[in-house]
Amino acid sequence: MATSTRPERASGDAGTAELFRHYLRQMLLIRHFEEKAGEAYSLGKIGGFCHLYIGQEAVAVGSIAALRPDDYITSAYREHGQALARGITSRAVMAELFGKATGCSHGRGGSMHLFDAGLGFLGGHAIVGSHIPIAAGAAFAIKYRGGDQVSVCYFGEAAANIGAFHETLNMASLWDLPAVFICENNGYGMGTAVARASAVKSLSARGNAYDMPAEAVDGQDVLVVREAMDRAVARARTESKPTLLEIRTYRFVGHSMSDAAHGTYRTKDEVEEYRRRDPIKVLAERMRTDGTLDDARWSALETEVKAEIDDAYTFAEASPDPDPSELYANVYAGGDAKREVRGGKAS
Amino acid sequence: MTLLTYRDALNQALREEMQRDDRVFLMGEEVAEYDGAYKVSRGLLKEFGPKRIVDTPIAELGFAGIGVGAAMVGLRPVIEMMTWNFALLAIDQIVNAAAKMRYMSGGQFGVPIVFRGPSGAALQLGAQHSQAFESWYAHIPGLKVVAPATAADAKGLLKSSIRDDDPVIFLEGEMLYNLKGEVPEGEHVVPIGKAEIKRAGSDVTLIGHSKTVAVALKAADQLAELGVNAEVIDLRTIRPLDTEAILNSVSRTNRCVVAEEGWPFAGVGAQVVDLIQRDAFDALDAPVLRVTGADVPMPYNKHLEKAAKADVGKVVEAAKKVLYMAAS
Repeated sequence: MATSTRPERASGDAGTAELFRHYLRQMLLIRHFEEKAGEAYSLGKIGGFCHLYIGQEAVAVGSIAALRPDDYITSAYREHGQALARGITSRAVMAELFGKATGCSHGRGGSMHLFDAGLGFLGGHAIVGSHIPIAAGAAFAIKYRGGDQVSVCYFGEAAANIGAFHETLNMASLWDLPAVFICENNGYGMGTAVARASAVKSLSARGNAYDMPAEAVDGQDVLVVREAMDRAVARARTESKPTLLEIRTYRFVGHSMSDAAHGTYRTKDEVEEYRRRDPIKVLAERMRTDGTLDDARWSALETEVKAEIDDAYTFAEASPDPDPSELYANVYAGGDAKREVRGGKAS
Repeated sequence: MTLLTYRDALNQALREEMQRDDRVFLMGEEVAEYDGAYKVSRGLLKEFGPKRIVDTPIAELGFAGIGVGAAMVGLRPVIEMMTWNFALLAIDQIVNAAAKMRYMSGGQFGVPIVFRGPSGAALQLGAQHSQAFESWYAHIPGLKVVAPATAADAKGLLKSSIRDDDPVIFLEGEMLYNLKGEVPEGEHVVPIGKAEIKRAGSDVTLIGHSKTVAVALKAADQLAELGVNAEVIDLRTIRPLDTEAILNSVSRTNRCVVAEEGWPFAGVGAQVVDLIQRDAFDALDAPVLRVTGADVPMPYNKHLEKAAKADVGKVVEAAKKVLYMAAS
């Protein structure tokens, strides 16, 4: 186990500057998308549960930047950020939140079940920890076929306490599966602080139990995340070995839309303290120091991103609901979209 | 035709499907080096090697989920549960993942997977090893549930299940593994969703699946001695249920008894009764009766265990009731 340090890389050359701008844009896109989703939720345009990614953007952006288009990603229910960073359009994600036919799961999934087969995005899973073995299954398939893809799994630190985590990490290490397990440690499983839920306080130490390389990573610095992910992905791709990354981050908002940012289980001061290391601010300050970002460029970027989100919102609102006559579509392969397949006849 | 045990018929189906399609692999506890806890996978490690015959740690939830993930990206896993009792540990993957993935992804990710293993009570294995869960799985949209009663159907239905694009719950009768029957060689595929009339009759329809097919057939023999000509239907698939076969038979016999190993409350028989009362109400000359396992955890004591099981005598008595014959 190692704790990664800040990379030495500076944004001096043009290629790097472009890369940093890309990270900044993606993080801003996720931030504004989530703020807009929060608004839409308050207006009743989004139903059910909705878990925002505000504060954790560097984790998705820094890690997904290290992947190839043919790699697989599996996530939990706080997955808007990963979906956007992977390249599912803000239109398709927003429309899914609105339950529309144009959504990335055609309105059948919702906020917690975003999918995109073309981008290797295997969901959006809402039973804590249940998707960890699924991601390992994709890694198993990669190895079975003799490919060099990588399967990445995102889960919260609370999922590290469920049986599926243990069973999967054991098998992934035992069988040398090309997987990266990203434990996004945002400090709280709903309202339960990690120290009240895990006997081992450093979750990366759990890697020892499975003889699996592990790192604790600063999740507020997108460049640190990217470098740690590069190491993990290389290990998976070239050696077919899994890695556990504990990426330490913080959500600036409540667990879900019904939870205040602070009040019961954490203090306002604590949230304020973490907000000082806003991942967007961390990167922007660095770019300003390097001279690749100034006020004009910043506001141009903000304008561009806000326009994209406004467009996504308009698109989602204007999109049609799924056709009610297709209620039964996709329960089974080739099933009748209009009819039940079951014990009795459709009555 | 070859005379094979139900166990060897399953083995043949696995072997043939693995030869036919290299995306098919078998994963589970003791399936490889031990040759299978019930020897269904005997010889397969030798033929296909450890890449395709995969021993797992005791981690039902984990390897069920690994199967689901592998199926989502294009493989065709066969996941062996050493017994279906242990699959309770994996039911989150079966119900929350495998069954729902196609639907909640808007049709993008199918899960072509077979979960298979022995089901139902054997002899004196006690409460935790003597359960029949077909109604649990049949309740779930997205799953198919198959329960063969003969060696030929074991082979033909397993081949269909492996080729199916949806998750299939394949329930093997633990007490049927040694049952012998004529099995067609090579390509023998029995379609999912088709019941079979095992014995034609005109006075009463006896419906069973898995172990209760033999029970119903024996009951039919005893009823014949009383001058009753019973029809016996083997459901073979629980979901999708062959509603046509049931309704056709009952509309001719006007009387019906449904026998199953599982518990009575919300059992498979309850679904069959619902169908018949709704769609064959006018044909009925008597209420449909059900024979089930007793509504208790299975006791260990062999006399109590016998009393708790659906058996020939109970089916004969139920048939006599629906025929309004005097109890013996």
